[in-house]
Amino acid sequence: MAELTYRDAVARGIAQEMTRDPDVIFFGEDVAKAGGVFKATVGLYEQFGPKRVRDTPISEQAILGAAMGAAMTGLKPIAEIMFSDFFAVCFDYIANEFPKSRYMSNGQLKCPLVVRTGNGAGSRFGAQHSQSIENWAMMIPGLKVVAPSTPRDVIGLMAAAVRDPDPVIFFEHKSLYPVKGEVPDGEIVDTLGSAKIVRPGRDATILALALMVPRALAAAEKLESEHGLDVEVIDVRSLVPLDTRTILGSVARTHRLFTVEENPRLCGWGAEIVSIVADEAFYELDGPPVRITTPHVPLPAADILEDMILPTVDRIADTVRRSLSA
Amino acid sequence: MTKKPSRAEPTPRSAVNDDIGEDLRLRMYRMQIELREAEQRAYDLFLQNLVKGTSHLSLGQEAVATGFAAAMRPRDLSFCTYRGHAHTLARGVPVEKVLGELMQRDNGLMRGKGGSMHLTSVDHGVMGSYAIIGAHLPIACGAALRAQYKGDDDVAVCFFGDGTTNIGAFHEALNFAAVWKLPVIFVCENNLYMEYTPIGDVTAVEHPAGDRAAAYGLERIVIDGNDADVVYRTARDAYARARAGKGPSLIECLTYRHSGHSRADPAKYRPEGELEKWKERDPIKIYRARLKQFGIGDDVIARIDAETKAMIDAATEACKKAPNPPADILTTDVYADGGWAWRN
Repeated sequence: MAELTYRDAVARGIAQEMTRDPDVIFFGEDVAKAGGVFKATVGLYEQFGPKRVRDTPISEQAILGAAMGAAMTGLKPIAEIMFSDFFAVCFDYIANEFPKSRYMSNGQLKCPLVVRTGNGAGSRFGAQHSQSIENWAMMIPGLKVVAPSTPRDVIGLMAAAVRDPDPVIFFEHKSLYPVKGEVPDGEIVDTLGSAKIVRPGRDATILALALMVPRALAAAEKLESEHGLDVEVIDVRSLVPLDTRTILGSVARTHRLFTVEENPRLCGWGAEIVSIVADEAFYELDGPPVRITTPHVPLPAADILEDMILPTVDRIADTVRRSLSA
Repeated sequence: MTKKPSRAEPTPRSAVNDDIGEDLRLRMYRMQIELREAEQRAYDLFLQNLVKGTSHLSLGQEAVATGFAAAMRPRDLSFCTYRGHAHTLARGVPVEKVLGELMQRDNGLMRGKGGSMHLTSVDHGVMGSYAIIGAHLPIACGAALRAQYKGDDDVAVCFFGDGTTNIGAFHEALNFAAVWKLPVIFVCENNLYMEYTPIGDVTAVEHPAGDRAAAYGLERIVIDGNDADVVYRTARDAYARARAGKGPSLIECLTYRHSGHSRADPAKYRPEGELEKWKERDPIKIYRARLKQFGIGDDVIARIDAETKAMIDAATEACKKAPNPPADILTTDVYADGGWAWRN
């Protein structure tokens, strides 16, 4: 067991898979010699060499297209898109090419690849380098979508993503890169499509993803210490496949549902889950499901403004408390 | 061909035994006829409302697909566009499978799940037809990257139209392939029109691909795309270059489509006489003259024509009899487990 940052876990997760499988290659902008703009891939170039770890030009379409071509002909590429906001300049591959090739070809083509990307706010970079766009990926049939919240999950879900035969979008949260966590020694392999109850509780269920997980946990602590409420927190981890069994099971025990989403409100991932719960567990609910999201606005750059607009520990705790006492 | 064809007139041995030779020429002729007749059949079936959706024909552009396919090895990979029927057939995919897909029947290449614009036959090296302009150039780079990485000797070839040269992915892919010296061949079929608009009206240079080559350190190659021999020889050189580790090629083939952009387009924007002028340079016409020049008789040509037509007639009948695709394939092959489950 060792303590590792989320940032270092990215490199360890990739290294674990590159060591295991010579067909795994990794490329992106500034990822090799410079070790990535977030320093999440330091050491990979030195360990695996220029054939397997490559710097690309600033060509997001070429990066994703090349990953797809390599994947469909036998490699297992990991491609980096530096900021998830840049998905917008290469969205053809994410929306039209990766996820549809197998279906359109009646199963002839395969696309086993991982796109990892820096997602989310907290760096004061403004509206084009801070978005949470996991819902952009979630809405496309044919993709798998994961967003780890801890160093251990980074390694385990990276392994699961690389070993998965489908295209996987791997959202790393930029504000989590410096966060440390306990990581066991040896190989770690997780499962796509499994949510994790990170804090059991009886009074309400809070679903959260990535940076919102530690905030939801802090809010749960606050609710317990200040109001005596016992709140369950679930790290959703994987949007596709979605572990509805764990979510519905929790709602059946707590009878209240809250989602904490960093994405802007409209069509955020929580909306889909709320609709599933409304369909399938309506009579388990003792009150309306409540979504706590970033408001439906572009993100501001200023630290003071950015801090106000994301769901905060206080906003989560207040919303849950008011809703439960209503 | 195992049987020696008859000859209308005596031919110098040197001509018959040039670098292409009689067997390959006859195969390239047969292929061009197959492409011409199959595309014409697709058009006829559209008029009968039997070909559904859209279709983009390569009538008049048969020499490009034929010349490149003739220069390929079986393991080489083709990446095509929505105008991909000809390139798919040229790799040996049966006409029935292509027409079946155009007619959206269960016997189609993808059982109706892809349609005319997405013809794919991995067994024949046809790694997909891509309907978003420029998308497949980077994908072909990736296939070439795999070949380079694994030390495989196959080459990826990517066909696209003149309109593609003005989209970003074209430039990203060219640079990417050049920087990494990838074994990939980019083939621009310049048929003078991007869709309805003349390419010259919207492009800063005269040769949309050829004049861009220098920007990526590549040789400017602009060829007669209506002469299958010229295409074949150019392709052969590009394959040799790619297999020798010398990197990508960008080849602009000058050609002309006899039909409109898609089935919806009567091509009224063409200046008067332009089509007629190009029909004088019809690849089939050129190649029939070439065969005669090398001493191949009219009877041989007529036999190939008749055999091809009979084969396409039979394929058409098989497609007409084929059932519609069943509902149970609606949700198959979304994910690699064969299904579509996104939740537990």
